[in-house]
Formats: sequence, structure tokens, C-alpha cells
Amino acid sequence: MIKFELKDLEVFYGDFQALKGIDMKIPANEITAFIGPSGCGKTTFLKCLNRMNDLVEGCRVYGQVTLDGEDIYNDYDVNLLRKRVGMVFQKPLPFKMSIYDNIAFGPRTHGIRSKSALDEIVEQSLTQATLWDEVKDRLNMDALSFSGGQQQRICIARALAVRPEVLLMDEPTSALDPISTGKIEEVVMELKKKYSIVIVTHNMQQAVRISDKTAFFLLGEVIEFGDTEKLFSVPKDKRTEEYITGRFG
Amino acid sequence: MKNPINQSTFKRRMREYQKRPASFVMFILVMLCACVTVLSFVFLVGYLLYKGIPNISWDLFALNYNSENVSLLPSLINTVTITFLALSVSGPTGIFAAIYLVEYAKKGNKLVKLMDLTSETLSGIPSIVYGLFGMLFFVVALDWGFSVLAGACTLAIMVLPLIMRTTQEALRSVPAEFREGAFGLGADKVRVIFKIVLPPAVPGILSGVILAVGRIVGETASLIYTAGTVAEIPESLFSSGRTLAVHMYALFNEGLYIEKAYATGVVLLVIVCAMNLLSNYVAKKLTR
Repeated sequence: MIKFELKDLEVFYGDFQALKGIDMKIPANEITAFIGPSGCGKTTFLKCLNRMNDLVEGCRVYGQVTLDGEDIYNDYDVNLLRKRVGMVFQKPLPFKMSIYDNIAFGPRTHGIRSKSALDEIVEQSLTQATLWDEVKDRLNMDALSFSGGQQQRICIARALAVRPEVLLMDEPTSALDPISTGKIEEVVMELKKKYSIVIVTHNMQQAVRISDKTAFFLLGEVIEFGDTEKLFSVPKDKRTEEYITGRFG
Repeated sequence: MKNPINQSTFKRRMREYQKRPASFVMFILVMLCACVTVLSFVFLVGYLLYKGIPNISWDLFALNYNSENVSLLPSLINTVTITFLALSVSGPTGIFAAIYLVEYAKKGNKLVKLMDLTSETLSGIPSIVYGLFGMLFFVVALDWGFSVLAGACTLAIMVLPLIMRTTQEALRSVPAEFREGAFGLGADKVRVIFKIVLPPAVPGILSGVILAVGRIVGETASLIYTAGTVAEIPESLFSSGRTLAVHMYALFNEGLYIEKAYATGVVLLVIVCAMNLLSNYVAKKLTR
């Protein structure tokens, strides 16, 4: 089943063209990984999927993006879109409030007020992010007083709390140690059952470990997109092969 | 008792300084400056208290001013009224203007440049110029006469750039990731601003408001030409009334009640301290 379909996607920042006409179909309930050198447009692409690029000054998007067949750029409620398509950012930064309020911010935004419903969502989201046991007695503590790995998982729980269908993750482990990274990867694998996940990563082993499909980006173009196993064992394009074998990038 | 090995003793520090005379000179210099700063403040407050406290009496707080009791109560009430009025105009206006600048305006917007230029210029103007403007506009052109309202409006204009600037700084220091995260959860702009951006900015905004209160309470020049110098509790916002600072100025000017002026100074000092403590307390309550 196809979740996102993108046709001839072009993105400009001022005069700079960040994405050069990309066509892609992103499957549902699978993990799709984006790899490629820095500045090749992976994050830009990701941010087109929940229209976070709208907030970037001087950013122009062309082409068509559909979610379950609906055009998300044509008269679509952007707040609803971002509820359906959650995002975990590269820099894990919870809001300056308690863990509980951090997780409850999303549901409250979308009109959930009852205390018992919120309690349930908070527990469920933190459990999904494998954080519940660590923090269940400290829910009223300032979220910023926790460690980097815990903050990242707070951010994941925060994104899960609005019950999205898709989860976009922009290098969620780039600032974390191997143990926290391992925990986040476990979380992602677990989430795959319910969510479609798109993850940007600089870590190719990570892409191999967790993703079903991989796209290789280079200078604003998708060089190769296919099953992770195939892409890493028998890459079709010479540039893909050079990148994954570490000859450049 | 064991000594921690990472903390140097006085002796050891002196030996270090012998090897590096430049850092010793620097140490003496910064210590000296710190002492001068503290001492000048302590001396000023001490002198004021020494001169003022013996002159404080119940007479000073009589409801009506006359040349016998030299009551400061009417001026005190005027100070509070004018501060409240001026802040209730300039506070929301300044804060919302800053929100526009930081959260709404696009880069290179002409209005932004104009606001930057005017707020910078306005904050550098001597207060007497505001007084002149206030007199020409509020007192004469709008025909409000010398009045509490004219004084408050003049001061509101005077502290507006200050409040706007400090709020702008406070909003800018809120990490962009907060906004990004909140928008990413599908929150709309109003919710992002009020729930995510403003709360961490409150201490910064309040420190701007405290500075503004200080300027209002200490202002004389512009008030003499707008609020006038009548030492009575005003009947309405359109009557004239002097603030404590103006009251002190008048007492000094007349030269008859210098001791009472010191006593008034003490009261003014207490009020400013109380306001600072109060706003610190409010800031702590709000950010918790």
C-alpha cells in the first residue's frame, strides 16, 4: 500500500535548488530510510511531507504530494496534516515544561481535555517510547533536566501522543550514544507495526539494521530507491556503490 | 580534616601570582572595581537612610498636603496611579509589537526596519523632549490640561521602546526548536505563541517591565510639563498631580523642607525595592 506519492517535487531556497524533480512512492507500514551526504536534500524532502517547509522563509515548493491520494498542498488543513504526519527533529528539544505537559501538549492542541484520557495517552506514549519505567515517578519534572537520550525519547513520545499515521524522523540518533541509539532503534522497529516511518540517517549500518526501503540522495536528486537489502548488496548505480562502500561522502 | 587537592590555598595562590604578575594586577583591578561599585551604592543608600529615617513621621502620610505636614501621601498615590496607567498602555502595546516583530514579520520587511530605527532613536532621546511633546500634544492640542492622564500617556510613550526591545530579546532567546516542535504537532500560531514561546520569555519581559517601572517612578523632567506639580490627590484623571520624584524635586527647589525631601527619598527607595521583589516573585510563580 502506498502512503505518500510525490510527483516532480522541486524545492528552492531563494536561488538555490535543493530538490531537482523527485518522483517517489513511500509505502505504508514500512520503514523507509534516506541516506546521502550532508546538504543533499534529505531533510528538505522530509519537511515537504508535513509542510514544515512552509515555515522556512524564501522556500518554494513545486510539484505534487499526495497522502492516501489526497493532495496535501491543495486546500488541505495544515494542522490536521501535521497531526497525521508527526515529526521527530534532529535536535531533541522538549518544551520547557514538565514531561507530562510535553506529552499532553499535542492531544490538548487537538481538543482532548479530560484528565483521565490525557493520563492514558501519556502513559501509552511513554511506554511506546520505552521511557515509561524510567520516568513514571518523575512526570512533573522539567523535561529539560533529563539526559539527551531521554529527551529524544520524550520527543518521540510527544510525537506519538497525537496518534499520527506517519512518523518522520530526522537523524533521531545523531546526537546519541550507542546505547540510547539502540533503544531508539528498538522503538522504531516496534512502531513499524502501526505507523509508516520515514527516517533520515547518516549511519548506514542503521539504515541496514532497521529499514525496509532505502533511498540514496545526492545533490538534490534521488539516485537510487529500492529494497534496503538489494540497495546495499547489489547497488545499481555506481555512485550508490561508491557512497555505501565509503569511497566518498 | 582533609584538604581537597583541587582547591588552592591562599599561600599557593600567592605563589602562583608571583610567577604571573600580570594576572595579579588584573585580580587587584577587578577586585577594586567591584569594591567601588558596592561601596558607592552602600554609601548612597546609607547616607539617604541616615538623613531620611529620623525625618519620617506620621505627618508625612497625612491625607492632605499642607506646608506644615509636607505630606507625601498624595504624591505616593499619584506615583502608583501614573505607573499603573502608563504600564497598562505601554505594556501590552510593547509586548504585542515585539511579538509582531519576532513571530510574524518577515526578514527585510520595511515596517520592521522602520520600527527598529524609531525604537532605537526614541530610547536615546532625553526625557525632557518627551515632556515637550506631551505638553504640546496631550496638554495643549488635546486640551487635557496638566493632568495625570497626560503625564501617564507621555511616560507610556517614553517606556514603550524599552519594553518592546527587552521583549524582543526575550522572544528571540527562545530556541527555534520549541516553535518547530509545536508546529510539528499541528498547533496553530496563537497556541504556539501563548503556550510555547511566551512562558519561557516571561522573566525577560518582566525585567524589561521592571526597568520601565524604574524609569517611570524616577521621572521628573517630562512630568513637570505634563502632569503638573499640584500636591493633592487628583479628583479625576484630568486633574494635575505630582509624583514622588517630582515632589522631591519641588521640595529641593523650594529649599524649605530639605529634611522632608530625604524622608521622601527613603519612601521612594522602599517602593522601588518592593516593586522589584514583587516582580521577581511574580516571575518565579509564572515560570514554575
